[in-house]
Amino acid sequence: MKEKAVVQGFSNNTVARHRKGVIWQVLFQASTIVGILALIALLLNVINGAFGYVAYEAKVDPDTLAVDGVSLEDQSKEQLLTLIQSTFSSGAYNKLNNEKPFTDRTREEVHQLVIERIVRPQVVEVWDLWTSLTQADQIRTTVAQEYPKAELDFVSWLTTDFVTRPQTSEPLTAGVRTAILGSLWTILFTILLAFPLGVGAAIYLEEYASDNWLNRIIQTNINNLAGVPSIVYGILGLAIFVRTLEPLTSGEVFGMVDPTTANGRTVLSAGLTLGLLVLPIIIINAQEAIRAVPRSLRNASFGVGATKWQTVWSHVLPNAMPGILTGTILAVSRAIGETAPLVVVGASTAISFDPSSPFSKFTTLPIQIYQWTSRPQDEFQSLAAASILVLLVLLLSLNASAVLLRNRFSRRF
Amino acid sequence: MATNNNGNNHFDQKYVIETQDLDIFYGTFKAVTGVNMKVERNAITAIIGPSGCGKSTLLRAFNRMNELYAGTSIKGRVSFNGVDIYDREVDPVEVRYRIGMVFQKPNPFPKSIYENIAWTARIHGYKGKMDTLVESALKQAALWDEVKDKLHQSGLSLSGGQQQRLCIARAISIKPEVILMDEPASALDPIATLKIEELMQELKKDYTIVIVTHNMQQAARASDYTAMMMLSGNGERSGTVIEFDETNRIFTRPKDKRTEDYVTGRFG
Repeated sequence: MKEKAVVQGFSNNTVARHRKGVIWQVLFQASTIVGILALIALLLNVINGAFGYVAYEAKVDPDTLAVDGVSLEDQSKEQLLTLIQSTFSSGAYNKLNNEKPFTDRTREEVHQLVIERIVRPQVVEVWDLWTSLTQADQIRTTVAQEYPKAELDFVSWLTTDFVTRPQTSEPLTAGVRTAILGSLWTILFTILLAFPLGVGAAIYLEEYASDNWLNRIIQTNINNLAGVPSIVYGILGLAIFVRTLEPLTSGEVFGMVDPTTANGRTVLSAGLTLGLLVLPIIIINAQEAIRAVPRSLRNASFGVGATKWQTVWSHVLPNAMPGILTGTILAVSRAIGETAPLVVVGASTAISFDPSSPFSKFTTLPIQIYQWTSRPQDEFQSLAAASILVLLVLLLSLNASAVLLRNRFSRRF
Repeated sequence: MATNNNGNNHFDQKYVIETQDLDIFYGTFKAVTGVNMKVERNAITAIIGPSGCGKSTLLRAFNRMNELYAGTSIKGRVSFNGVDIYDREVDPVEVRYRIGMVFQKPNPFPKSIYENIAWTARIHGYKGKMDTLVESALKQAALWDEVKDKLHQSGLSLSGGQQQRLCIARAISIKPEVILMDEPASALDPIATLKIEELMQELKKDYTIVIVTHNMQQAARASDYTAMMMLSGNGERSGTVIEFDETNRIFTRPKDKRTEDYVTGRFG
């Protein structure tokens, strides 16, 4: 480094002090870079799994299933049903009919069933994106030699079909619609429980509770609860919502029991469990936001003879709302990604029908990802990678809408 | 307001607020000791003294604002029109409605200029014509001409002096009897300060004003009575009113040597 000219009359002791600052600055920069690299690695890893070559063979050639020259794609629901009835044993047929009566199923659902259960395209090998791009020729020769009957396609596992199809056991036709809807239903009940309770508790603790030992114990406990492992909340949810409150969470008292579940392992239980999980986080964040409302504003309100409630409702809450919403966004983001408590509460791993009421059985995106990643076959890893992308997009879009909502609140003067 | 239930019906109409042996505590710390003063109706009473001697604390005791700070308590008596405002049956909200307050830092609500006044009136159940009320309050606070075309802009978009006059307009919109001012001009430039002082002379016709100020010229110019506060020197470090008299007497012929030193700038 070039020595700086010493100005006459100034003491020259700043060089060493600046150098110390530079060292720290470099360290801080390095930690930021490590964080960014980790994020990039994560994203690349996921993307690497979500696209690539797939070789698959059909158990039954769809062309042989054509009736009177009408290909499988164009057959009506009735024709497809005849096909199903003639292929399946009556036991298997009745089982499917019990799951959801054939008369209630749409033509698309029946068509998918035929593809899944009769045509049965089966993946024989998958390659990740990197291999697919760098060794395409090698892949083609391998497939030609080892699986002469198989077709080779470059697929994106993440497609609009993937997002809109229900879950199935066949990787090529599996989708995450059930899981997305399950996540949305769950998060709805999480917010409905945690937001009003959390903000209410924060208002009480900040504005009304006196500073005595009881309230200090409550405060300490809330702070500690925010750090309790989520699996513990799962056990709590299992004990309270699934077991003790089963008549309520299964919809029994409302006469709305889902015949396929008939117990408390419902969307409602899952949402309430996650609600309990994020409640302390919302309370703490809301308290911070309420505490940050300047004293001068409270003084202004009390100084013109406003009551406590008028002050809280008209000044404290509106001014704390952006902060409260920020905290809620963070908490809800955490709830969307939670897996462990839902496993304990009893998420279904394989359901192909959308949740339709608070009392439906459910699966969520993280549960789906967890289930797929735990399978040994490569194709399920690719499905998991694609669903991770879906989860990230879902999370980002929910966050973005919440941020927009928050900004609307903070723009009022 | 609760009726006069403590038997003191013969209060002197001349005085709005009276204190008797008023001590003010923060927890166990006695911040103000033994204040006896009478605030005359439709006059401006200034409280002066060095920093940290309890001027603002005393002022806040006049409308129970001090209760919003944890751990404060008082001993003695503060009466408003003869009623003990610290009586158990008196609601502090009602006290602050009758005795309004303007603070050191202008603190309009983060709402429109119009809403600053309308909200204040509404919470007290005002049912009349809001536009008229807003206009008359802003006119009384000498702010109307400057803001009449932007009533629906944020109160925070105004300059500091205008914000302070908006706070005064807000305070008088509910027609209190007394307005307490806690160094209302200390954050303002001399021109804005002058405007506030002129406004005080106008407001004095309808209201009683108690003002805390650091600025002795301001007290001398604007007030009718002056209370001189100082920390008592006997080891306790508690503020008290050492002299309370007509302003011109305080500034020309003070009885107390410490007052004389302070007002002539020879203090310390």
